[in-house]
Amino acid sequence: MSILIDENTRLVVQGITGRDGSFHTLQMMEYGTNVVAGVTPGKGGQFFDGPDGKKVPIFNSMDEAVATTNANTSVIYVPPAFAAGAVMEAADSGVDFVVAITEGIPVQDMTRAQAFARDRGVRVLGPNCPGLITPGKAKVGILPGQIVTPGPVGLVSRSGTLTYEAVHHLTRAGIGQTTCVGIGGDPLIGTKFIDCLEAFKDDPETKAIVMIGEIGGSDEQDAAEYVRDHIKVPVVGFIAGQTAPPGRTMGHAGAIVSGAGGTAAEKMAFFEECGIAVAKRPVEIAELIRDALQA
Amino acid sequence: MDLHEYQAKEIFRGAGMPVPPGEVATTPDEAEKIARSYGGMTVVKAQVHIGGRGKAGGVKLAKTPEEARAHAEAILGMDIKGHTVGKVLVTTAEDIDTEAYVAVVMDRNAQMPMFMVSAEGGVDIEQVAEENPDAIRKLHVDPRYGLLPHQAYWLANHLYDDPSLIKQASKVMTQLYAAFTKASCSLAEVNPLITTKGGEVKAIDAKVSIDDNALFRMPEIANYRDTDAEPAAETEAREAGLTFIKLDGNVGCCVNGAGLAMATMDLVKYYGGEPANFLDIGGSSNPQKVVDALRIITSDPAVKVILFNIFGGITRTDDVANGIVEATKSIDIGVPIVIRLTGTNEEQALEILKNAGFEAYTSMDEVVEKAVQLANQA
Repeated sequence: MSILIDENTRLVVQGITGRDGSFHTLQMMEYGTNVVAGVTPGKGGQFFDGPDGKKVPIFNSMDEAVATTNANTSVIYVPPAFAAGAVMEAADSGVDFVVAITEGIPVQDMTRAQAFARDRGVRVLGPNCPGLITPGKAKVGILPGQIVTPGPVGLVSRSGTLTYEAVHHLTRAGIGQTTCVGIGGDPLIGTKFIDCLEAFKDDPETKAIVMIGEIGGSDEQDAAEYVRDHIKVPVVGFIAGQTAPPGRTMGHAGAIVSGAGGTAAEKMAFFEECGIAVAKRPVEIAELIRDALQA
Repeated sequence: MDLHEYQAKEIFRGAGMPVPPGEVATTPDEAEKIARSYGGMTVVKAQVHIGGRGKAGGVKLAKTPEEARAHAEAILGMDIKGHTVGKVLVTTAEDIDTEAYVAVVMDRNAQMPMFMVSAEGGVDIEQVAEENPDAIRKLHVDPRYGLLPHQAYWLANHLYDDPSLIKQASKVMTQLYAAFTKASCSLAEVNPLITTKGGEVKAIDAKVSIDDNALFRMPEIANYRDTDAEPAAETEAREAGLTFIKLDGNVGCCVNGAGLAMATMDLVKYYGGEPANFLDIGGSSNPQKVVDALRIITSDPAVKVILFNIFGGITRTDDVANGIVEATKSIDIGVPIVIRLTGTNEEQALEILKNAGFEAYTSMDEVVEKAVQLANQA
């Protein structure tokens, strides 16, 4: 089992002909993801050349792409100025899951796009996220496929590369994953920690959960309360930004210590209060998970 | 991006808000001239990106143009909590009756803009929130409908009982929300919103933060950036498309991804070192960015070692390796470089580095420990 994506995922790539879109479409197809369509306005009727001579039809709009190919999931690589529009177009097209990779989308654009998708019952992951991967089945986004392996650990993270770091250690320790989800570093994201925890709770194959947070906001605390009240499997947590100075945005628009509850120390302390084992270094995540799974 | 008060007031005036006249001066001469043009009493206010300037002596009332000049002379060049004052705002002095607080912030939990208003103005809102939370009225605005007239009234009515003041303040709420959306703000604050003894509502201070992600489509606001108010390396980094924040340590860090960059800084500290900076080379793979990153990091004389920690996803590690090789050819680094590369195209990356005579690590702990050791030896 897994959450959010699996072998039944039929993916449409928005921005398939761009530099990042085309590079990662190839990577996703090589990993085995079923990419059924691409969308680039003005390039409808052309084909994207996948691996092993596979050809992916390109459409001018999401509407056409979904109507023709029955896609159920979309991934967005379009530039920031157009990305919120792409989210709303996807939400109107009939897919039920939209993964927004694009970094740098104006926050106020996203207030409207997130509300638009929510009203239509469409789940958005991101924006400014690395996407997600269900080892051996499908990957949507930019996570490197070679670092994951199937197994019992569900992972959810606000970061991209820090997620890879943690997964890498797990895999090297011989501990595989059900699904790894990068929820994104923006202040306004569509899928939060708590949504992923809920999904992992219902996945019988997820025997332990890793949660990687950052400074800023209070989503980690909300998630920790959920763990305390609802999650039966062991949970290991990590918070990045222990050395971050207050008042400065640390790369991610959402990573800023402002007001109460936003510091790494506060989040780590609350994790422990809620029964989450806290790793002090990324490498300890795998060690704590191994101990928890053996216990 | 934080704006200066005078810039925030320009945005507020553009939205029609009642902001008293004011102009910015960089010399005492200019300050005197502005004060003379207004006649009457003026206020000379330091323009710095830090709170508490009043207490620090950065805000002074002037009875005459000569006095405005003298205040400007004292305030210009003043150091306020590490910020040097380069500009003063000279504005007319108002006859204050009451002071209130009005702000719109982006509420990340509700994913909507939120108004906060309080009749207790002129003081620190965090303090009010702590000591007397009921004094603050809050309202979320659905961005699809905007601030509705009855909502603006409801907010204004929390501040005033007098119908004329409520009417004026309702208009201010609507105008402030318009400014907030038009300028893509993450914060738009008026503290205080005053009433004059003559019964007028006016915004006499202004604080605005702009969403950096929206600057690309607002060149006139992007031009507000005061590069004198930030370290030169941060300006240079931004122009090169990098996210850079200068810190006080000696281990220069070059990492891809904000989360990993923070975790790398934390690990430097864990092994007994101090990071010299936060630097995220970003999601796209471009050798020029690595060249720029190295130039910016090495411009800090405190840096004793450069630590690369690259985990490739969207960043191709072979591009990063090429960038490192290219950069070390084109500039004199002068300090040791330790590199950790893992992820997309890592075999090619390690090959490139090996051929160029570099030693590359694959473990983050190993490379950080090595970097701290080199920094502490230097």
